[in-house]
Amino acid sequence: MQQIVLRALDLATQNGVQYADVRLVESRSQDLSTRNGRVSQVADTESAGIGIRLLVDGGWGFAATDDLTPAGIEKAISKARAIAKASTLALGSAVRLAPEPVHQASWASPCVVDPLSIPVSQKLAHLLAVDEAMRAHKAVTLTETSFHTTRTRQWFANSEGSVIAQTRTMTGAGCACHVFQDGDLQKRSYPNSFGGQYQLKGWELVEELDMLAHAPRLAEEAAALHAADVCPTGEFTLILDSSQLGLQIHESIGHPIELDRVLGSEANYAGMSFLTLDQLRSLRYGSPLVHVVSDATETHGPGLGTFGFDDEGVAAQRTDIIREGLFTGYLTSRETAGAVGEGRSNGCLRAANWDRLPLIRMTNTSLEPGTSSLEELFDVPHAIYMETNKSWSIDDKRYNFQFGCEVAWEIRYGKRVRMLKNPVYSGISTQFWNACEAIGNRDNWTLWGVPNCGKGQPEQVMGTGHGASPSRFGRIAVGSL
Amino acid sequence: MTDTQAREWFDIARVEARAYGVHDVEVYLAAEESSLTRFANNGIHQNVSEESRAISIRVAIGQRTARATTNRFANIREATKSAIALARASEPDANLLALYEPSPVTPVMRWDEATAAYSPQVRAEAVREAIACVATAGQVAAGIFETSRSSQILVNSNGVFVRHDETGATFSITATAADSSGWAKASAVSAGDLDPVRLARSAAEKAAHSAKPRRMEPGKYRVLLEPAAVLDFVGQIFGDCTATAIEEERSFLTGRLDQQLFGKNISIYDDVRHPLQDGAPFDGEGVPRQTLTLFADGVPGEMPYGRAAALRAGRTPTGHGSSLPSEGGESVGNIVIAGGTESREALLAKLGTGVLVTRLWYIREVDPFRKVMTGMTRDGTFLVEDGQIVCGLHNFRFNESVIDVLHRVEAMSAPERGSGEEAFDMVVPAMLVNDFSFNEVTLF
Repeated sequence: MQQIVLRALDLATQNGVQYADVRLVESRSQDLSTRNGRVSQVADTESAGIGIRLLVDGGWGFAATDDLTPAGIEKAISKARAIAKASTLALGSAVRLAPEPVHQASWASPCVVDPLSIPVSQKLAHLLAVDEAMRAHKAVTLTETSFHTTRTRQWFANSEGSVIAQTRTMTGAGCACHVFQDGDLQKRSYPNSFGGQYQLKGWELVEELDMLAHAPRLAEEAAALHAADVCPTGEFTLILDSSQLGLQIHESIGHPIELDRVLGSEANYAGMSFLTLDQLRSLRYGSPLVHVVSDATETHGPGLGTFGFDDEGVAAQRTDIIREGLFTGYLTSRETAGAVGEGRSNGCLRAANWDRLPLIRMTNTSLEPGTSSLEELFDVPHAIYMETNKSWSIDDKRYNFQFGCEVAWEIRYGKRVRMLKNPVYSGISTQFWNACEAIGNRDNWTLWGVPNCGKGQPEQVMGTGHGASPSRFGRIAVGSL
Repeated sequence: MTDTQAREWFDIARVEARAYGVHDVEVYLAAEESSLTRFANNGIHQNVSEESRAISIRVAIGQRTARATTNRFANIREATKSAIALARASEPDANLLALYEPSPVTPVMRWDEATAAYSPQVRAEAVREAIACVATAGQVAAGIFETSRSSQILVNSNGVFVRHDETGATFSITATAADSSGWAKASAVSAGDLDPVRLARSAAEKAAHSAKPRRMEPGKYRVLLEPAAVLDFVGQIFGDCTATAIEEERSFLTGRLDQQLFGKNISIYDDVRHPLQDGAPFDGEGVPRQTLTLFADGVPGEMPYGRAAALRAGRTPTGHGSSLPSEGGESVGNIVIAGGTESREALLAKLGTGVLVTRLWYIREVDPFRKVMTGMTRDGTFLVEDGQIVCGLHNFRFNESVIDVLHRVEAMSAPERGSGEEAFDMVVPAMLVNDFSFNEVTLF
């Protein structure tokens, strides 16, 4: 495959091209799921294709094809060149790519047990056992389990001499049960909602999750929610579990720090950002306890934003985003880094597949662990503790958010005194992070995977990572819907 | 992708399957070329084109079924073997039916040769004109111009062979001013039916009219929801409007099929043959798609049934079944809301004092049975007094039940093809709604 990429690059760089890069991506994925005790999905998918990005006379052009024959690739290159020339009819500001060292390297994400080596019958038996364990509760009306894995191999080369091969193995699994009673539908999910947990791991992730052990609790809680009081309305001390906090980071920090949004590239779709350039190194984003990093390096963990190099050949990096509450960094690309006075991209240009142009995306945007044990975190006179996301929404500049969770508990002096249903909380991003009172320690820190982050036109669905520990926030607007 | 090629590829899969003693084979073929010119800050910054095709092979072995998909057409035999291995490793499904038998499908014409042949230069020239409209107003333009062509073919070993080809075009634009913005979007089968300059002017006017926006307190307001806002909001309920969703008790229609759920002025259809619609006239198994009256005068009516759900319920399949194996059962994709006859000006006059909403954003379900949705207004929210736009407003957060809103629709425009970002394109009217609940206001 590398030879195909290098031949394509040779062709692409002829005739006055200022810059070119070529990515060939080959992937294989498997989806298995069950629903109410029966198998509802058994599917394998493989895909291969090549994307060519050219800069000609200051205009960008990108063309992608799954025809990997010499004729197919030549046609795609011609198309990319014609598109780049068309772009010059309405050029914006001049393109200047921040320098990046030439890399000739390969990288692979660690994978202990190849998920595709586990027999499908064994995987389905596991999912059906989890499904059955949830259905053992007579109140349960719908059960769902799922498993997904994708192995992606990518070969990249650019006109500056970088040649990079990468392999990433992603696995995800989860389960959920619904209880419909008297005109009310309640749901509990494990380990997270909307598909569970996703990481760059193999089958070992499924074993670590131990869904079977959690299935009975899920069913009990989904049933118990029907008898629970609704979450009270008012300003409360709020404690979030790490999965919900992961999504809070994603929406109220991860997206606003994307420099392409700040500069207006996403104005028509994903929106812009309240983090205008004058806020850098001056905005008090959070309380002094809040340290947030963007970290794509392997040492951060097996997050969906972990890689060796981004999709324009920039090496994985760790960047301070918020340090002791001060806003200190954006997510950048080679084209945008200069806008914030940086001499080098911090490596956040990523594409969903071979057929998509790379865009600035989150890598692993994580809240660093604090020092509080769980006992210390919950040791307050009165608080509301919320677990597992149910709904999420935020305005197009990322100020005003509202999140709903599957379940909450009222906390008094460290004890759960009653279950609460239909909890929501809302606020303004910076006010919320400035209200951070305590962050759980590393023992309770989890690197969550968000596999379904949408951005760009045509839309790209990307996986991002978010490390978080359960954390406590003061005087947050809480309610019930 | 020709019919002859499709039959040849199907034959490769069928012969391979027979070698393994498997006779029930279904092949779905898809080919697409999509090109999109994207602009921001008054210039083209992303300009792309993708060409792809795929073959998806499903085999049925007794009561077991599974699917393998590839875009490497040299690998059809391997993909067939994968599907067989997956099916054999799977569990029997008592609901699985034999492959569908051929049934006549009346084609729908959704192809425009000029759109299929659109060049990047033509898109770029249109974008340049649209940008000029916005820039002349002292504003900044961002948006897209997309054109596409696609084909899909479904073939099975019982003799089903159905095909659908279509083209599509979408133009959308956001005009941004110092403290305001405006947006417009349209889509059509034919790019020639789009008017980028008109859309650009509309976006620029909205941005100009919403300059120096006021902050108005949250509360219940009379609102005029423009078609894009209607489709993105009402569009959140249609995943529930299927036989399987109701059977699994995950639908807001569970136990409510005979109730006056919406106002008597609300009738909603799924109609693939509507002249403003797109999409194929057959479902994931090749069943011809019927037109359904989902809600008649506010009461739930005909629900979509896939073949398996229809058999369980003693009904006839409606041609809305998903490809198998399926998690969801069925889906609708050709929504037409009947609407009324009022012009936009008449609706503004009827609104009197209230809020005009251009579009909604980031809509998510808060309560699945009451169908309470939360989300934001965006890119053109206006205070209207005495039927006249007075000024722009800071954007609101809403928490509203779709069911309740469709009970409070006072008047509607004639339906038009609408395009938003939170639901698929539909044929929808603008709606004048009483007591729409905005519970928070953001900072811009």
